[in-house]
Amino acid sequence: MKNLKKFGLLMMVAMIVAFAAACGNGNNSASDGDNKSSDGGNKELSGSLVISGSSAMQPLVAAAAEQFMNDNPSVDVQVNAGGSGTGLSQVSEGSVQIGNSDVFAEEKDGIPADKLEDHKVAVVGMTAAINPKVGIDNISKEDLIKVFTGKITNWKELGGADQKITLVNRPDSSGTRATFVKFGLDGATPAEGITEDANNTVKKIINETPGAIGYLAFSYLNDDKVKGLSIDGVKPTDENVQSGKFPIWAYEHSYTKGKADGLAKAFIDYMMSDKVQNDLVPNQGYIASSKMKVERDAKGNMK
Amino acid sequence: MEKTVPASKRLMKSSKSRMNGEFTGRLLVTLCALIMIAATVSITIFLGTKGLQAFIKNGVNPIEFLTSANWNPLKEKPGYGALTFIFGSFAVTLLSALVAAPLGIGGAIFMTEIAPSWGRKVLQPVIELLVGIPSVVYGFIGLTVLVPFVRHHIGGLGFGLLTGTVVLAVMILPTITTIATDAMSTLPKNLREGSYALGATRWQTIRKVLIPAALPSLLTAIVLGMARAFGEALAVQMVIGNSRDLPSSILDTAATLTTIITLNIGNTTYGSVENNTLWSMGLILLIMSFGFILLIRYLSSRRKL
Repeated sequence: MKNLKKFGLLMMVAMIVAFAAACGNGNNSASDGDNKSSDGGNKELSGSLVISGSSAMQPLVAAAAEQFMNDNPSVDVQVNAGGSGTGLSQVSEGSVQIGNSDVFAEEKDGIPADKLEDHKVAVVGMTAAINPKVGIDNISKEDLIKVFTGKITNWKELGGADQKITLVNRPDSSGTRATFVKFGLDGATPAEGITEDANNTVKKIINETPGAIGYLAFSYLNDDKVKGLSIDGVKPTDENVQSGKFPIWAYEHSYTKGKADGLAKAFIDYMMSDKVQNDLVPNQGYIASSKMKVERDAKGNMK
Repeated sequence: MEKTVPASKRLMKSSKSRMNGEFTGRLLVTLCALIMIAATVSITIFLGTKGLQAFIKNGVNPIEFLTSANWNPLKEKPGYGALTFIFGSFAVTLLSALVAAPLGIGGAIFMTEIAPSWGRKVLQPVIELLVGIPSVVYGFIGLTVLVPFVRHHIGGLGFGLLTGTVVLAVMILPTITTIATDAMSTLPKNLREGSYALGATRWQTIRKVLIPAALPSLLTAIVLGMARAFGEALAVQMVIGNSRDLPSSILDTAATLTTIITLNIGNTTYGSVENNTLWSMGLILLIMSFGFILLIRYLSSRRKL
């Protein structure tokens, strides 16, 4: 009797485990949403849309989603952060309709980039940001590379204060780091330093650490807590990015699997509309992609 | 249809419903237990399969993974060595236990032996208050207060093993103190009285009788605290610096398994080698926590009282 009970218990555990495992594999496509009803332009939009990915893009997309839902009351848009990698993975396996990313899908391992359609909804400019007490405001690219690869270790060599240089990096997989390394450092690998992911934390560390240098998006250079450096005499401004003079910038991508349709298309069209591009995008600290005079492909070639 | 229900039926029914109550209660709690077991087993299976993918599918050498300090997943010639992070995890865990254990056990002795009435009234709520603070707040306090303090008064960048140790020590202090206090206060009274009767002083009693008697439980308290420290991510991430170099001193920046996982997992794509190696690090954490549990089991089985 006792053995029988034990056996029964074991069987139940086994069954529940099997059930749980089955569930884990099965529900990837559960959130596909019912967005097929909105192809015609005149029909009122309805249904739900799930967006995930880049945490840097989340505030912009969430703000746009809110306005979009105000205009279309029967639409439900959910915006999740989670990182560019998560966004790309989830959109390519179909568990979300839009995946946001700071980098081109071609640059990430294991993503079928040819199956995804790229919508460049905004541009983000970034530059080297230093502690204001360092006392310089321009750096040549050559010196920037030397600073980040550890060949220059004191600001005094560049005419600044006599302070040891402390690097504040992003993690290897970060899109911001990839962009900065590619266009700011011409591919040189940064030396080791403090590593943090969130823009706000990086800003705080640069602000509080004497001699610190890191890299930040323009939207975080809005006060005198950190100073954004000009590179080769070119100021880090939206205009200079738009005209192609300032080199360090990246697209913010919204990817759809295959051609965008239904609600996903409506939302991306909304993101690209003048209403969002002229208003929300600059307010959130991004650069409107519709105003870019230059273009760049996944390999970094300018057009 | 009968108008009145026969007594036998009514009785049968009531007895049946009582049986049902008995059965439902039993079923409910058994179900709860089974769900818990199932959750643990499925997490283990899931993490096991995910964590081994890097070695099986991507061909990362497990020995290199455990013994190399070269972590460069995005280079032309990628290196997948997690030794730095494994070392960092162990270093902060052991160091923080080294700080928190004497404090926690000292506090426990104070509460149970020195000043049981008011000591407990004051110290217990203070300690318990520490549990409710979210770890991100600990991290932020560490970043705002502790990092500049260490930089100005001790040296280095402020980010590093030392700061991580202090933050973690505060975080695991409640665990150690609470369990140690319980262990000390459940010691039978006749131990103390016997010792006093032999002419021992209070300090002799504590040192020679009470601490040895409670030792297995005290060790359990420390190990539980260490288990918490080993798995902590957010607070440590903000103060430890997260660099990939092996630290050569306590003031150097370091990284732990958990901080590397939280920094990178969102940015990597599912199924890529880097993502899979991060899962392998998760597997190491799981194996370690099994290790801690086994250690606790062993220690508590040694308890004689």
